[in-house]
Amino acid sequence: MLRLFKKILTTGIVTERISMRSHAERGNEDELEALGIQIKRHIDKRFSGSIAIRQVDAGSCNGCELEIHALNNSFYDIERFGVHFVASPRHADVLLVTGPVSRHMQTALLRTYEATPNPKWVVAAGDCAACGGEFGVSYASCGTVSNVIPVDAVIPGCPPTPVALMKGLLGLMTVEK
Amino acid sequence: MSSSNWTADFLSRLSADIRVDRIDVPSITLWQIESRTWRRFAELAQQQNLRWAAGWAEQLDKQFFVNSCFEKQGEYVLLRTIIDETNPELPSQATVYPAANRSERHTQDLFGIKFVGHPDNRRWTRHQAWIENSYPLRKDFPVQGAPVGVTPPDMHYPFIKSHGAGVYEIPVGPVHAGIIEPGHFRFQAVGELILNLEERLGYVHKGIEKIAEGRTPESLAKLAGRVSGDTTVGHCWAACMAMEQAAGVEIPPRAALIRGILAERERVANHMGDIGAICNDVAFVFAQMQFTRLRELWLRTNATVFGHRLLMDKIVPGGVACDLPDASCSLIKKEIDELRTELTEVILAMDLNSSLEDRLYTAGFLSEQTATAFGVVGYVGRASGQDRDVRRDAPYAPYDRVTVKVALENQGDIASRVWIRYKEIRTALRLIENFIDKLATGELRSEWRTPEAGSEGLGIVEGWRGEIISHIRFDADNKIARFYPRDPSQLNWPALEKLVLNNIVPDFPVCNKSLNGSYSGNDL
Repeated sequence: MLRLFKKILTTGIVTERISMRSHAERGNEDELEALGIQIKRHIDKRFSGSIAIRQVDAGSCNGCELEIHALNNSFYDIERFGVHFVASPRHADVLLVTGPVSRHMQTALLRTYEATPNPKWVVAAGDCAACGGEFGVSYASCGTVSNVIPVDAVIPGCPPTPVALMKGLLGLMTVEK
Repeated sequence: MSSSNWTADFLSRLSADIRVDRIDVPSITLWQIESRTWRRFAELAQQQNLRWAAGWAEQLDKQFFVNSCFEKQGEYVLLRTIIDETNPELPSQATVYPAANRSERHTQDLFGIKFVGHPDNRRWTRHQAWIENSYPLRKDFPVQGAPVGVTPPDMHYPFIKSHGAGVYEIPVGPVHAGIIEPGHFRFQAVGELILNLEERLGYVHKGIEKIAEGRTPESLAKLAGRVSGDTTVGHCWAACMAMEQAAGVEIPPRAALIRGILAERERVANHMGDIGAICNDVAFVFAQMQFTRLRELWLRTNATVFGHRLLMDKIVPGGVACDLPDASCSLIKKEIDELRTELTEVILAMDLNSSLEDRLYTAGFLSEQTATAFGVVGYVGRASGQDRDVRRDAPYAPYDRVTVKVALENQGDIASRVWIRYKEIRTALRLIENFIDKLATGELRSEWRTPEAGSEGLGIVEGWRGEIISHIRFDADNKIARFYPRDPSQLNWPALEKLVLNNIVPDFPVCNKSLNGSYSGNDL
């Protein structure tokens, strides 16, 4: 147990350990902080302090999921800006959808969308969700998310990096609905 | 492991029973048999402890080529039979090899080839996106298919039922509570105890095999890199290896070493993510926070050195699309030193934690016998005594220049699967250092040669999840005629149904994470 506490203490809070990085990376960190603060401001104004995101993989290769996961690591710690991931669409303000929508997931995505209470926002994350990516439309794939449900914002990238995901979410905040 | 040349011995045994034609294909041991002896071959193969490794079909004009890949002691044999379009059926190998079960059902759904005597001929990959009696991988099936407006849900799939006092059913998915891929799990439970689990996958079937047809080698490599995003290096490498075999292209030594570094970096990143996630599933958040932190640092180095956090599209036909200057090499070595220190600290803190021990030891037990029967590969296999690793058993460049120490455990529980991953991280770090030391100046990419129409290749690599087998056949004009990638998940998913038995339902997430199958790699 002592080793555990020692490791926690010596690790410190990486989220704020900005000055210890190289200059190039510090630029990235500053941008992250600035981005986060902007997101927080919008969330405070429009969502009373927090937004709940339900992530739906509608057919992705799982690359996007890896980067969405990273938003929760201690570097990005997206919860500090009022963004958190929830287990049910019924608790969600935003659906974060990845992948080309496979035809086998089409009904599931529609039902998840229906289960999300109004007002709701849909973000299509990743090239496949945004434009079909490598998969496009075929006998097995519906292509973009907007081919299946209305989309409010898209985040390109294969996969989008955590910073790109944060920028995309900020973009959503500024969408008039 | 040196080849004991069991093939000659096995061939002579076979000759008493069935006729085997040895077909001359560069770098593939290809045996062709008559379709009626398909199961008989499997029976004889099993007697000789051959492992069933992969199965797929292809259509050439009015015939179907049905393929199975077998392995023993690092030697692979591609078995083939040719059947006619008018009567597309042959005996099933799934009665002998349970590992062939879902693969044959996949072939049945996509080609309309009937495997006679199959123990479970329910549909598998097909839900409702295309109608029964139409087969997407046949040449006359248009890539766009004939979809209806909204594909209906697969309501009437005949799941296994159970009855009795206190037995109840829990349907889970396809949309799960976490940030994970979609799939359906049907539990039969009594109280908290799992009596039976049935997986229903296929939700992320994206038609990868179909949309691969007609692609150029570059374009196919990109697609292969997205068979399963977490294995982008592994799949891309296997596909490129298959294409290079078909084209007779040899990659430069420097490119091979860089491929090795990429693959080992992918292994380390995923294993760190997995160990953290497994601990998180038993509420040991300390490890999750530490490992996601280490993983993030690792991915940032990927971005700095290679230009992509997950290393996508860095392997290209004929070589690699990135170089490793000296400055990057020293950066990587420095990072490895730091990571070793950190890992030691974190692992010691985990090792002495009784609550973690309590949850991970004996949970999710997979016996050596079951693992052998299902041909389980990768860390799941190696945690249950399956001493197999392509990097050591059938070494390909650059692994033919180093000694790969393969970690092995035989406890078969979740703890074993954590320790195997940890040991594999340590091995991978040593390998990266080794490869860097061997780097000499040279070309990064060989010139591509357009392969002859009909030429084929079989790429076999050890991805981070385990053995990946990729088969490619070329058409005329440098176009892909057929691409079949066998992700390790296809062999490991069935093991999950077994290892959760008699565990409690709340332990399912950690059991599942300890195996961590790819849904996308399975569904294709």
